[in-house]
Amino acid sequence: MAGAKEIRTQIKSVQNTQKITKAMEMVAASKMRKAQDRMAASRPYAHKIRQVIGHLGNANPDYRHPFLIEREEVKRVGFIVISTDRGLCGGLNTNLFKKTLGAMQEWDKKGVEIDVCVFGNKAVSFMHRIGANVVAQNSGLGDKPHMEDLIGGVTVMLDAYKEGRIDRLFLVQNEFINTMSQQPELHRLLPIEPVREEEMLEHWDYIYEPSAEGLLDDVLMRYLEMQVYQGVVENVACEMSARMIAMKSASDNAGEIIDNLQLIYNKARQAAITQELAEIVSGAAAVE
Amino acid sequence: MNTLQIDIVSAEGEIHSGEATLVVAPAQEGEVGIAPRHAPLLTQMRPGEVRVHDAGGEELFFYVSGGILEVQPHKVTVLADAAQRARDINEAAALDAKRRAEEALAKREEGVNYSSVQAELAEAMAQLQALERVRRQAKR
Repeated sequence: MAGAKEIRTQIKSVQNTQKITKAMEMVAASKMRKAQDRMAASRPYAHKIRQVIGHLGNANPDYRHPFLIEREEVKRVGFIVISTDRGLCGGLNTNLFKKTLGAMQEWDKKGVEIDVCVFGNKAVSFMHRIGANVVAQNSGLGDKPHMEDLIGGVTVMLDAYKEGRIDRLFLVQNEFINTMSQQPELHRLLPIEPVREEEMLEHWDYIYEPSAEGLLDDVLMRYLEMQVYQGVVENVACEMSARMIAMKSASDNAGEIIDNLQLIYNKARQAAITQELAEIVSGAAAVE
Repeated sequence: MNTLQIDIVSAEGEIHSGEATLVVAPAQEGEVGIAPRHAPLLTQMRPGEVRVHDAGGEELFFYVSGGILEVQPHKVTVLADAAQRARDINEAAALDAKRRAEEALAKREEGVNYSSVQAELAEAMAQLQALERVRRQAKR
């Protein structure tokens, strides 16, 4: 039985791998559902805060917040890049980085400098490795990201914008289309595109306390933080679904390998038996 | 109609939604009580307690660490902050994020070499595609 034992050990080890990938698949599936719920949970807030911005913008058209003013000359741009913390999720991060890099290169060609703020281990190590100018970073956000973990990095970028160190701010993240497909997306965060009329409620004349300007400041800040937060949550949903798919195909592959090995094992066993029989028969014939 | 719709939402999820007869919130300029048909109001909130007198006569308490309060005649929306927020906390967090970046920055070389990185990425993509092809062939 040449090699039969080796093949058996091999089958065993592939089976063990399959068990792991199956478990990871199931874990990712359940986490994905939770992440999707979380995505939906932040939607009412987002909707509401956009309406409030619309009201505020209409109420005092004379006051132009720096976040709303389009800057003609662009000398430096900022990117907020959101990636996953862990790998084993197919081409999710690679696709994202490709998109980011493409955009960065375009600005670079125009002679515009780039500052990067990164969330997530993978983006942190990627950006440092390629030598981008990383001004803020945070990783280890986990499956349930919290606002607190994001405020730091976002504040760095917003302050940079306010002080005129950057003239545009972009957010790069994976967009959750459905379980099977995720797409890297690049959004412009700053300057904020004005709220369209149809998104507004019937017009109220509010009493503003203490002042409309101060309120607008506060609301815009929260709005931007919220967008980044939503990006992070969506990215988690993407990560989980991508990992689920990747692990599913890994389990399938393991199954195929096991089938093939089983076939080889059976053949080897059969060949060994046949050979043994032939030896016995020829031995008996020689004695006669 | 002598009730108003109260929604308390934060970026991390909806906290409360329902009918109320009175809402008391910690506005910037002092605590405000809002009964139905209150004048439209928009204000910041300090950290504190939002008290909701339920339509059923119950009194509910919610702690908010600040946020925005929006009042329409029959609708009150509390946009609660998901995180503790104060100028100094924000700054500390910002410094933290910066420091992490600078520490990592200390150990790397200058400038982005786009072409070489793109080549690396292209290679990774090619590997992924090759894997995909191998898998498809194996299925056939």
